Amino acid sequence: MRSDRLLAPNRLVADRSSAKAGFGLTAAAWFGVLFLNLPILFIILYGFTTDDKSYSFPPPGLTTEWFSVTFARADFWDALWLSVRVALVAMMIAMVLGTCAAAAMYRFNFFGKESVTLLILLPIALPGIVTGISLRSAFALGDVPFTYWTIVLGHATFCIVVVYNNVIARLRRSSPALIEASMDLGANSFQTFRHVILPNLATALLAGGMLAFALSFDEVIVTTFTAGQQRTLPIWMLNELIRPHQRPVTNVAAIIVMAITFLPIIGAYYLTRDTQDVAGSGK
Amino acid sequence: MASLTETIRTPSSLGRLSTYLYTRPRLLLLLLLVPPLLWLGIIYLGSLFSLLLQSFFQLDDFTGQVVMKPTIGNYLRLFSATNLSIILRTAGMAAVVTVISAMIAFPLAYYMARYADKRMKALFYVAVMLPLWSNYLVRVYAWKLILAKEGAIHWIFNQLGLGGFLDWILSLPVIEGSSLSTSYLGTMITFVYIWLPYMILPVQAALERVPRSLVEASSDLGAKPGETFRKVILPLAIPGVAAGSIFTFSLTLGDYIIPQLIGSSRPFIGQAVYQFQGTSGDIPMAAAFAMVPIAIMAVYLAIAKRLGAFDAL
Repeated sequence: MRSDRLLAPNRLVADRSSAKAGFGLTAAAWFGVLFLNLPILFIILYGFTTDDKSYSFPPPGLTTEWFSVTFARADFWDALWLSVRVALVAMMIAMVLGTCAAAAMYRFNFFGKESVTLLILLPIALPGIVTGISLRSAFALGDVPFTYWTIVLGHATFCIVVVYNNVIARLRRSSPALIEASMDLGANSFQTFRHVILPNLATALLAGGMLAFALSFDEVIVTTFTAGQQRTLPIWMLNELIRPHQRPVTNVAAIIVMAITFLPIIGAYYLTRDTQDVAGSGK
Repeated sequence: MASLTETIRTPSSLGRLSTYLYTRPRLLLLLLLVPPLLWLGIIYLGSLFSLLLQSFFQLDDFTGQVVMKPTIGNYLRLFSATNLSIILRTAGMAAVVTVISAMIAFPLAYYMARYADKRMKALFYVAVMLPLWSNYLVRVYAWKLILAKEGAIHWIFNQLGLGGFLDWILSLPVIEGSSLSTSYLGTMITFVYIWLPYMILPVQAALERVPRSLVEASSDLGAKPGETFRKVILPLAIPGVAAGSIFTFSLTLGDYIIPQLIGSSRPFIGQAVYQFQGTSGDIPMAAAFAMVPIAIMAVYLAIAKRLGAFDAL
């Protein structure tokens, strides 16, 4: 009893420190949150400004005409269409290769496994510029002309890891007993894959694919080295930023890009939110 | 019973293939592993190797053709005064960005890990992930708008009557620029903003792993909260900070879009690489320049490993 009473004051201190944060800490934390999220609002605000020459704040007036101006520009649609085509194909390649790699890494132990993990991670571990200039130099050495496929090649390479991460996380949590039970009950490997493994993986696979799509749709650094004269939407935007033509049009394009990337990401989040491995935690 | 033995004895061709694979796991492994390995091995490792190869070639100034004769000329050129100053500028920026990111990330991560309740934590988590997943270029552009001479930050300072103070900061040596969007300060702010989530997540994970019992033991043994923080929590969070710093440092080293759009026109490593391969068509020199961030990162990773960064990833 005595020891209890002795400990009491200290425990009080401990309780207080774990219950409530000081004002300074709370303020610093909220500063971080606002710093991370406020800037995006400016993009939206400037999409409606009447001032197309400078970045004046506050905007002199508001208008929605830039949306129709953007939709009337053919170069915008061309860039958007190219981006969608690249992202879809890169996503599909990444889904196949990422799932294969995840299945192999989950199911087997083999010599050099660590190196394979490193190889899968490398394309996003090294700065984008290294990946970009490497591909550029390989294309130069091999006299490969820049085409749609050179862009896809680069994108699929760094998208594999996103699918891989999602699928292997799901595999690690699924019970091997399910697969054994299915085989014991007479299903062959393909039936087990079709009826047991695939339904179990489906949401993780879909989430990985969606994140891969978003990653590809957004990518600009690697793409500048593999696209030549072609313009994906981010490259189109970069050109508009460097040589503004109708400034708020860039903002409208940015708003559209955000909407297009957010849908798959939110979808991926909902598909995996009830699980431990929330999608996007390992970009 | 008879029909059952029948089906077992004469399985379908698919079933036979299934059994064939089941009894030969090595073959299955090969089938699964070969496609991704071929892709990454040929396309990615192949390209990296070609980069290394190219860096030892040289561009003939007269013909504009790449001479495929090994030389270390490109690497020697890296040590010219101009190139050296580009490298130092980039590494210096990467170091500053890393330190500032850690300073902003730590309280946020600390609050998330120790004080936020379940709902608050989810909210903070989304707030950190949201920017990470929104378009990189759009986020850089947002800062171009905010930092511009006629933009929001200059406007706020002027409204508060602090315009002179901002001008004074901008007139300081090193920072020097006519507005935030044309000074190193603006470049730094944008870099910190873009890479901050990469610092927050590992730090938060590391702090989350600090056992509550250790903190309680420390205070039971008479340590004041400040002492507990310095002597128990901080050392255990260092691996997380080191892990986060790998990202902030490496990403800053390799970026060329941010310094191109925001900041003084003095080039960074990424811009040098981009210009060599683009306007001057000197891919060998660009390749040699791209080796610089790889070399710096190799050293950096060796240090980070000693600080335990890899356990916190």
